[in-house]
Amino acid sequence: MNAEPVEMLLNMGPQHPSTHGVFRMVLWVDGEKIVDVEPHIGYLHRGSEKLCEGEQYHQIITLFDRMDYVANFNNELVYCQAVEKLMGLAVPERAEYVRVILCELNRIASHLLYVGTIGLDAGAMTPTMFAFRGRERIQSLFEAISGARMMHNYFRIGGVKEDLPDNFEQMISDLLPQLKEDVEESDRILTFNEIFLIRLKDVGGISAEEAIDFGFTGPCLRGCGVEYDVRKAQPYSVYDRFDFDIPVGLDGDCWDRHWVRIQEMYESLKIIEQALQQIPGGEVVSSLGRRLIRPPAGEVYVRAENPRGELGVHLISNGTDRPYRLKVRPPSFCNLSAIKRLLAESWIADSVVILGSLDIVLGEVDR
Amino acid sequence: MPVAVPFLAVTILEVVWMVVALLAMFTGLSVVVLSLTWLERKALGRLQQRLGPTRTGLFGLMQPVADAVKLILKEDIIPNSSDRAIFWAAPVIVVLSAFMIWVTIPAAEGLVLRNLELGLFYITAFAVVGILGLVLAGWGSANKYGVLGGLRSAAQLISYEIPIIMVVVAVGMMAQSLDLRVIVASQEQIPYAVLLPLGLVVFFIAGLAEVGRTPFDIYHAESEVVGGPFVEYSGAHWSVFFLAEYINTFAIAALVTLLFLGGWSWPWGSAALSWLPSLPDIAWLGPLLHLVWFLFKVYAVILVVFWIRGTFPRLRIDQLMAFAWKVMVPLSFFAIVITAVYLFYDWPAWTLTLMSLTGLVVVGYIVYRKMMEPARRIAEVKARQAAQAAQRQASRQTG
Repeated sequence: MNAEPVEMLLNMGPQHPSTHGVFRMVLWVDGEKIVDVEPHIGYLHRGSEKLCEGEQYHQIITLFDRMDYVANFNNELVYCQAVEKLMGLAVPERAEYVRVILCELNRIASHLLYVGTIGLDAGAMTPTMFAFRGRERIQSLFEAISGARMMHNYFRIGGVKEDLPDNFEQMISDLLPQLKEDVEESDRILTFNEIFLIRLKDVGGISAEEAIDFGFTGPCLRGCGVEYDVRKAQPYSVYDRFDFDIPVGLDGDCWDRHWVRIQEMYESLKIIEQALQQIPGGEVVSSLGRRLIRPPAGEVYVRAENPRGELGVHLISNGTDRPYRLKVRPPSFCNLSAIKRLLAESWIADSVVILGSLDIVLGEVDR
Repeated sequence: MPVAVPFLAVTILEVVWMVVALLAMFTGLSVVVLSLTWLERKALGRLQQRLGPTRTGLFGLMQPVADAVKLILKEDIIPNSSDRAIFWAAPVIVVLSAFMIWVTIPAAEGLVLRNLELGLFYITAFAVVGILGLVLAGWGSANKYGVLGGLRSAAQLISYEIPIIMVVVAVGMMAQSLDLRVIVASQEQIPYAVLLPLGLVVFFIAGLAEVGRTPFDIYHAESEVVGGPFVEYSGAHWSVFFLAEYINTFAIAALVTLLFLGGWSWPWGSAALSWLPSLPDIAWLGPLLHLVWFLFKVYAVILVVFWIRGTFPRLRIDQLMAFAWKVMVPLSFFAIVITAVYLFYDWPAWTLTLMSLTGLVVVGYIVYRKMMEPARRIAEVKARQAAQAAQRQASRQTG
């Protein structure tokens, strides 16, 4: 009998409850300590990028809905902006504001989902319920606007599908105070909870240089103290007209990422309030966008700040009604690439929290 | 042989009586478990702004029954790779030890199956047996998550057994007995919760860990080891574990009540009831009132357990062990020392309260400082944030 300590191979996922979908990690563990990890992705691969080559331009919006299925509007926005940039299409001002409002609401919904899942990963059930209540309210509003709770297919090349419903102002003025309460509540129950703090602080830390090397973007990068947000660094849409801050962390560990996301929700609420004051009337879709879309040959790269980080779309057109090539730079994928580095020398229980704090969406990682 | 007949007759009568009593205990505890599952779901639902079960019966009261029926009718899957004998034996060991504890826990003055002079010793001894079942369950199911969970439970439950035993010793010293009825009787005037609050806190926290409840639900953590030792169990086997878990929770709450909250005695002794118009002198009324009062206290403790579950995340295994050995064990040792000093010098009662509160506050403050240390660093971040925002504001105004 060999009495030496042996490393155990532990297969986590794709059916594990806290791998956030169908992510799979093969862990080499020494007791409760992780020695090495091998991530496996691709269980949700649908070939979205290739599918895009076979669809007409306006049909691709639905495919983008299904990439990061927690932040549908943000995804639609990036694609629409890419085509608009290629065509040199001007979007009506009202449509830009509608887009910003919906994207920021979606950012809050996505971060609320994150709060719920990190709570579950850390073993607390109640924050999930509180967070989902807020998310549910946002989704009801989305349903009233676009007809679907998820997979909205509401943004169009050159604007949005149709104007906001008549009672939109009533609905959003009802929603915002409730939402503020929900965000505060899920903040209060979790963020400074003593056990939550010792579970997340100093766990899964990464330095700013390393984070940049790994291609981190979004809250994961800002958690390391890097003040980088596409909305400020390279303002798109009408983001340069709003007054908001970029919250940054200090140590780049799980808790800082969590804190950054919580603060971002407050900032998003600020943006929405300003946008509601500034929103002009008028058309919501450019008349050019209603025709068959046939952008001129050429290529374009467009990026935007998604809840998970910087989503980039590289679009190549050959002048037909279908794209020649469409490449997506998914933020979750780049953030996830550091999983091996983050999990090294951590505990099994930490692996779940670290993965939760990266806040990946497998639909986007695998595409 | 004239002697053998009465001997045999008495024995048979005793055996019959024992069987009836055991069945009564089994039924009573099963009903308690059903009520607990309903109560937990309702209480958690209220904490989480939900309704909890509503569909089955009034207020969803029949939900536990529906759950039980479903679990029993469900297919009982035994994995091929499992060690069958161990796989079958594990739930039996767990549930037997859970029931065995209750043999000597009195629910009222005379309402106990078999009162033992060394009742507390027996209880602490049997509480450890259940761990064996958990480890076996993890090992026998031939699942890596199960093994991890089983080993976690062994580490966790054995570490937390020590503070429990130490506190029990302190209580035994005060009551000069390990007989639970004597302990309750000696709390007639002042419950030990007042005399030794330190003991209550240590016993309650260690008890939570002992039954694997949040924040110590590490060995069956759903988000990490997916149920731990129970991962391969389904149907009736799983429901047996479930039963044992709730019986243990109930036992810990009952022990907290008996050891620290005065058991079935009324606050300020039976004298507090003297203002009542004289009760009808029925023999069973007294014990019944005792039982009701005892259950009231136990359910109150259990609601606190549920409340904690609805509030806290889970600790990590190293933090859990560090907490046991660095905080709980010294604290429980401190409880023994102050009790001994108090008894030896025969000091007034308030000195013990003062000493134990001092220990509690000092250690509690140290633990709190340690846990909130990140929060102080976070205050730095916030200050930096505010400075940045102010700077931006200033630059915006100048520009």
